[in-house]
Amino acid sequence: MYTLKEKTVVTLRVNGEDRQALIRPGDILLDTLRDGLGLTGAKPGCLNGDCGACTVLVDGTPIKSCLMLTAEAVGHEITTVEGLSDTPIQRAFIELFAFQCGYCTSGFLMVCHALAGQMQTPPDAVIDEWLESNICRCTSYEEIGKAVRAVLNGEIK
Amino acid sequence: MIPFDFEYHRPASVREAAVVYRQLEEAGKAPVWYGGGSELISMARVGNMGFGAVIDLKSIPDCRLLDNSGDEVHLGAGLTLDEIRRSEKFPLLGQTAGRIADHTMQCKITLGGNLASTIIYREAALPLLLGDATITTGGEKGIKRYRIRDIFRDRLQLPKREFIVSTSVARQYAEAPYFHIKKTKNEKIDYPLITTTALIANGYLRIAFSGLAAYPVRDEVVEAILNDQSIDFERRAEGAAAALAGILLEDMNGSSAYRRFVLKNTLVSILESIKDAQVPCIR
Repeated sequence: MYTLKEKTVVTLRVNGEDRQALIRPGDILLDTLRDGLGLTGAKPGCLNGDCGACTVLVDGTPIKSCLMLTAEAVGHEITTVEGLSDTPIQRAFIELFAFQCGYCTSGFLMVCHALAGQMQTPPDAVIDEWLESNICRCTSYEEIGKAVRAVLNGEIK
Repeated sequence: MIPFDFEYHRPASVREAAVVYRQLEEAGKAPVWYGGGSELISMARVGNMGFGAVIDLKSIPDCRLLDNSGDEVHLGAGLTLDEIRRSEKFPLLGQTAGRIADHTMQCKITLGGNLASTIIYREAALPLLLGDATITTGGEKGIKRYRIRDIFRDRLQLPKREFIVSTSVARQYAEAPYFHIKKTKNEKIDYPLITTTALIANGYLRIAFSGLAAYPVRDEVVEAILNDQSIDFERRAEGAAAALAGILLEDMNGSSAYRRFVLKNTLVSILESIKDAQVPCIR
């Protein structure tokens, strides 16, 4: 049985590296990534699982890090937007202007990257469904949709 | 940030979970079972829930069961809604799960967590109610099995110190033709104004609702009215809506009168689809 009873240093596997972090058992992953590891790409938004700005990947699956305990992530592979350097989805967002203020961008990037990693040719309904997990207050939805489709259909590699 | 401290325990077996629950309880830690954790974290963050320890059940192999090799479909309580949907083992449950919250949340919310939710909708319970599911629990006395109708009365009412390990539904129900119609006030992703689920087993329509009342509803009287072929669809639907009128919710999502209006029209639509053999999602 894995147990955390008090403040403890744990090892987290983040973006392919083992990182040490001092955590409380009640810490949420978002806070640990930002405040404990300095990975500020995941953004605090609603902190209630609604906006998706804090989305990261855990074992390749998109997860809202405001609603995951850091303790749950021990032993799993975490990917943050800092781990997406030079990926097709980043290039697509830049080339197709799929952001305005940029606050939601890291969350959208994570969802799009996960989708491209899990499905080669998802139907439009599935793409829309995945993107509905995130909110863009600047309403860049059209461009974001184009960006992920450009990666999925191989236009941007 | 959750503004209080608690312990985190991730047992590897049903036995370990039961033992640590007892130990934590005796130590005055007020333990709670932990599935996906989304509801628990969001409520703890704003002070609506307090506890001294969480017991994360997701790593227990029995809670990860996913099997339909025999006469029943078995689904572990630790499976996420997304895993259940992708498994296609119980299509009505999969479709229902696919309309709870958003896709990313479906990757975190577990079947057990939705069934045990303090939020009134508990939509994952509907297909299980329709399929006369068996609920397998774990606890100090080992594994127990309950008929869902015996322990899901408005909400899950498990004996103290027990947790859901898995659910089982006969394949004849899991593979039956079904309907899933979720109507919300405005946005696609929202709590339901009314979620209607139905399946047809041996020519008999079974039907259950979420959002209609302050708890998930499956009512035998309503089913008898809807299956009464001596009266026309309009009157059947009106009769069913009238039978439920006393429990209809009145809240910011809709008035009870509006819910009754939507309910009646949904029922007529379902009955007409059956008549025209246009049952959606027939496998």
